[in-house]
Amino acid sequence: MKTSKPPRWATWLLEAFAHPDSREEVQGDLLELYAYWVETVGERKARWRYWLNALKLMRPLARRKPATHYSTPFFLSPVMIRNYLKVAFRNLVKNKVYSFINIGGLAVGMAVAMLIGLWLYDELSFNQYHKNYDRVAQVMQQQTSNGKIYTQSAIPFPLGNELRTKYGGEFKYLSMASWEGEHILTYGDRKFSKSGCYMEPDAPRMFSLTMLRGSEEGLKEPNSILLSESVAKAVFGEADPLNKLMKIDNKLDVKVTGVYEDLPYNTTFRDLAFIAPWDLYATSESWIKRARDEWGNNSFQLFAQINDQTHYETVNKRILKARYNNVDESEKKFNARIFLHPMRDWHLRSNWEEGVQTGGLIEYVWLFGIVGVFVLLLACINFMNLSTARSEKRAKEIGIRKAIGSVRSQLISQFLSESLLVVAVAFVLALLLVQLSLPWFNEVANKRMEVLWTHPGFWLLGLGFSLLTGLVAGSYPALYLSSFEPIKALKGNRYASRFQTIRFVSIPRKVLVVLQFTVSVSLIIGTIIVYRQIQFSKNRPIGYSRDGLMMIQMKSPEFYGKFELLRSELKRSGAIIEMAESSSPVTSVWSNNGGFEWAGKDPSLDADFSTIWVTHEFGKTVGWQFKEGRDFSRDFSTDSSSLVVNEAAVKFMGIKDPIGTVVRWGTDSRARSFKIVGVIKDMIMDSPYDPVKQAFYLLDYENVNWIDLKLNPAKSASESVAKIEAVFKRVIPSAPFDYKFADEEFAAKFAAEERIGTLASGFAVLAIFISCLGMFGLASFVVEQRTKEIGVRKVLGASVLNLWGLLSKDFVFLVLIAFGIATPIAYYFLHGWLQKYEYRTEISWWIFAASGVGALTITLLTVSFQSIKAALMNPVRSLRTE
Amino acid sequence: MKRAFLGEFEEVVLLTVAVLDESAYGVTVTQEIEQKTGRAVGFSTVHTTLQRLEEKGYLSSRMSGATAERGGRRKRFFTVTTAGRKALVEVKHIREQLWGALPPQTLQLMGN
Repeated sequence: MKTSKPPRWATWLLEAFAHPDSREEVQGDLLELYAYWVETVGERKARWRYWLNALKLMRPLARRKPATHYSTPFFLSPVMIRNYLKVAFRNLVKNKVYSFINIGGLAVGMAVAMLIGLWLYDELSFNQYHKNYDRVAQVMQQQTSNGKIYTQSAIPFPLGNELRTKYGGEFKYLSMASWEGEHILTYGDRKFSKSGCYMEPDAPRMFSLTMLRGSEEGLKEPNSILLSESVAKAVFGEADPLNKLMKIDNKLDVKVTGVYEDLPYNTTFRDLAFIAPWDLYATSESWIKRARDEWGNNSFQLFAQINDQTHYETVNKRILKARYNNVDESEKKFNARIFLHPMRDWHLRSNWEEGVQTGGLIEYVWLFGIVGVFVLLLACINFMNLSTARSEKRAKEIGIRKAIGSVRSQLISQFLSESLLVVAVAFVLALLLVQLSLPWFNEVANKRMEVLWTHPGFWLLGLGFSLLTGLVAGSYPALYLSSFEPIKALKGNRYASRFQTIRFVSIPRKVLVVLQFTVSVSLIIGTIIVYRQIQFSKNRPIGYSRDGLMMIQMKSPEFYGKFELLRSELKRSGAIIEMAESSSPVTSVWSNNGGFEWAGKDPSLDADFSTIWVTHEFGKTVGWQFKEGRDFSRDFSTDSSSLVVNEAAVKFMGIKDPIGTVVRWGTDSRARSFKIVGVIKDMIMDSPYDPVKQAFYLLDYENVNWIDLKLNPAKSASESVAKIEAVFKRVIPSAPFDYKFADEEFAAKFAAEERIGTLASGFAVLAIFISCLGMFGLASFVVEQRTKEIGVRKVLGASVLNLWGLLSKDFVFLVLIAFGIATPIAYYFLHGWLQKYEYRTEISWWIFAASGVGALTITLLTVSFQSIKAALMNPVRSLRTE
Repeated sequence: MKRAFLGEFEEVVLLTVAVLDESAYGVTVTQEIEQKTGRAVGFSTVHTTLQRLEEKGYLSSRMSGATAERGGRRKRFFTVTTAGRKALVEVKHIREQLWGALPPQTLQLMGN
C-alpha cells in the first residue's frame, strides 16, 4: 500500500520554527491529521491543509519557557537578602584574618584617597571665597635684565593712576596696595601686632568682603580703618567698634569705619587683619611721597577687576606698554611689560621662568592626585585579589546551592551582595579614619579642611566609587564561579578544575602584585630623595651663625634714635653679647638697587645688587666670615662710605682685586662713591635653593628696619628673652615686644619641601602597608593551597629552609620585577623634580639599592611568617586534611 | 474572585475536552468539533486555543501515548481542571438565567 507523505518543506518549517515547548505534540498531531485528511478529503486538500496549519503554527521568535516545577523567589526578596547577609557574615567571621586584611586594607586606601581628595578640593577652591574670582587679577610686570627675563608683582606707584585714566574702560575696579605686613594697632593703652595692608576704596568691593558692620565705602574717609571680625573682637570685645579711634604704628590716627568677616583659611589674604586707606599710606612717609611720580621705583602692588564684558587677553594686549611708555630713556632697555595674573592662578600657578608660567603648586596637586589614585588602586587590587582567591574555596558551597536549586542569577546576586557588604563596611571605616586623622593631616598640610559631610559631590563620588569597587571585585566570583557545574564542583575532579583556574587567574594576580610594588618602591625612592634634598639644602654653608640670633622689627617711630641706649642697656643686662640694626631681616633681602658703576665694568651689564644697610656691629652680631679685607669699624670715620661685599658680588663685577675698588652709585649730583673694604663669604639670606645674589652691605643708622641681637650663649634663651623684654618695655614702652629667631625663620623656608616630604613618606608607608597586607593574604592563600604538597615534601625529607625558599621565591621574584620597573620611573620623575633647584642633591645609586633591599626585606618578612609556619607544620596533620 | 471569561470558541473547545474525557488531545478535539458542529476548524486554531486555556488554568495537560502513526511522538492529553469546570458551569448558569428571563411570546416566536 502506498502511503502518502506530507510535504517535506512544511515538515521542515515546523521542525525549525514551531514553538519549542509544543513542537513534539504539534508534529505528531499534524501527522495523524494528515493521514485522516488523505482518507476523508483526498491527498491534494490534505497537503494544502498541512501546509496551511504548519505555517500558522510557526513561532519563530518563541523561546522555551523556563521549567516552573519550583517557585523562584524574587531575587531581592527580604528572605533571600537576609540569607545572603547571614552567609556573608559567617564567611567574614570564619576567616577573621582575611576579613581584617580585606576590610582594613580597603578602608585605609579609601581613607587616604578621601584625604587627598579633600586636599585637592581645598587647593582647587583656593580663593573662590571671592565672588569676583574670575575677574580679579594682580597687575604684574616682566623685565629683561642681563639677557634674563624677570617676573615680579612689584610695580611703580604711578601705574595705578595711569591704568585708571588711560585704560579705565577695561577695568571695573582698581586698587593700589602696600605689601601685607605686621603693624602695631593701638587702642587706648592696648597694643596689638597685626598683619594688614593699605588699599584703595574699591578693594572691599573687588574682594567681595562681607561687611558685618559699617559699609564697603568705609575706606573713602581719609583716616579710616576696616578691621576683620576676629581683630575687632580681640580689640574691642563685645563693644561696638564703629567710630572708635585707633593708631597704626603709633603715628597714624584712624577711625574704625567697618568690620568684615574673617577671610577663610584657603584664601591668599587669610591673614589680613585690617585694611587702611591707600591715601593715608601715600602721605605717611617721605619715600612714598616721592614715589608718587617715580616710574622706576617698583615698591607697590596693584589689584584690578576687569570689566564684565572683556577678557584677560584683551586687557593684557592693551596695557602691555603702560609702564614702558612712561619710564626714562635709560630704563627702556629693560622693556617692561605689564600683564595681569588672574586670581585663579595666584595660588596654583605662580612660578615664572624666563617670562613663562611654569606652574607652581599645581604640580603637587597633580602629584598627590596621582598618588591618591595609586593608593586607592593598590587597595582595590588587594581587595579583588583576596576576594577572588577566597572565593575559589567556596566551590563546594556553590555546588550544594546549585544542587538544592539555586539558579545562576541568585548566585551572582549573592556574591555581589557579599562584596558590596564588605565595601560598605570599609567605606564607613574609611569615613571614621578620615574624621580621626583630619586634625593631624591639617597640621601636616597646613590646611583647615573639614569632611564635606553636606557636599553632594562628596557622597556621590564616595558611594559611586564604593559601588564600583564592590561590583568589580565581586564580578569574578559572581560570574565565573556561578558557572560551575554542580556535579564537577561537588565531585573529586573539582581539583582538576581548580588547578586550571589557578593557572588561569594567577597571571593577572601576579601582574597586580608587581604593580603594587612598583608603586611602593617608587614612593620609597621618592621619599628618600625629597628628604635628601631638604637635608642637602639645610647643610649648605649659610655664611653666618644663626644660633641665638634674635630679630625684632622696628615697626613704629619710637624704635628709632635709641640704638646706643638700647645697645648699652641690653649688653649691661648680660642677655646679649652684641646688637646691630639692619635694613633687611637676616633671613630675607628687602631691597635691590641698580645704577652702580666701577672701573672696568662691562657697559652692557645691568649692575643690580642686593643692598643691605647695617650698623657697625652687624658682622659681629650675625658672625659673618671674611674672605679678605676687614669688617666695618668705628675706628675709621671714612667707613660711612665703605662697602662690604659678598663673594658673589666679586664674581659678578668681574674684578681681580676687590679690596680698594671704588664703586659709584647714581649718576646725577646725588651720586656717591664707596670703597670696598671687605669681602665676606656668601650669606644665604633668601632661598636656600638658589645661588646667593651679589650683595653690597652699607653703613647706615637711619635706613634700618630690624634690630638684630646675638643672645648670650652662657644664659638660657628664655632667661635672656625675659631680660630683653624688660629692657624694651622700659626704653620703648609704646610698642609690643615681638621677636623672631633666625633659625626658626630659616627653617620655615623648608616648610613647603618638608610638608611634601612628610606627606610623601606618609603615603609611602601606607602604600607599603597596603601592599604588604595584600601579599600577606596571598601568601597565606598559596600556603593553604599547597598544604598537601608541603606535607609530601616534608615526608620525603625537605628541610624547613628548602620549603621556606620554595614558598618565598615566587614573591621575591615578583618584587624584583617591580623594582626593575620602578627604578627608571622614579629616576625620571625625581630627576625632573630636582631640576627645579639650583642647589640639588645627587640621585646616587645607593638610594635605589636601599629601597630595593628595603622592599625585599619587607616582602621576605611578610611572606616568611606564612611560609615558615607552613614549613614547620606536622606533615601528618597536613596530609590528613580532607 | 476574578470573573471567568470564556470566548465562544474557547467554550466550545473546553466543552469538547470535557466530552472527550480521557482521550482529549489536538487531533480528537479537532475532529470532534468538526463532526459535532459541522464547521471546518483549523487544527492550528484548536491548538492555540487549547494552549491558551491551559495558560488560563482551565485545562491541565500531560504527555503520553506515542504511536507509530505519529512518528513515535507523544500526544499532549488535556483534562479539564476544577477551575475549568467552574467556568463551564458558570457560563451554563448565565445562559439558563437569560433563557429563563425570556418573555413567553418571544420564546414562542423562536419556535419552542
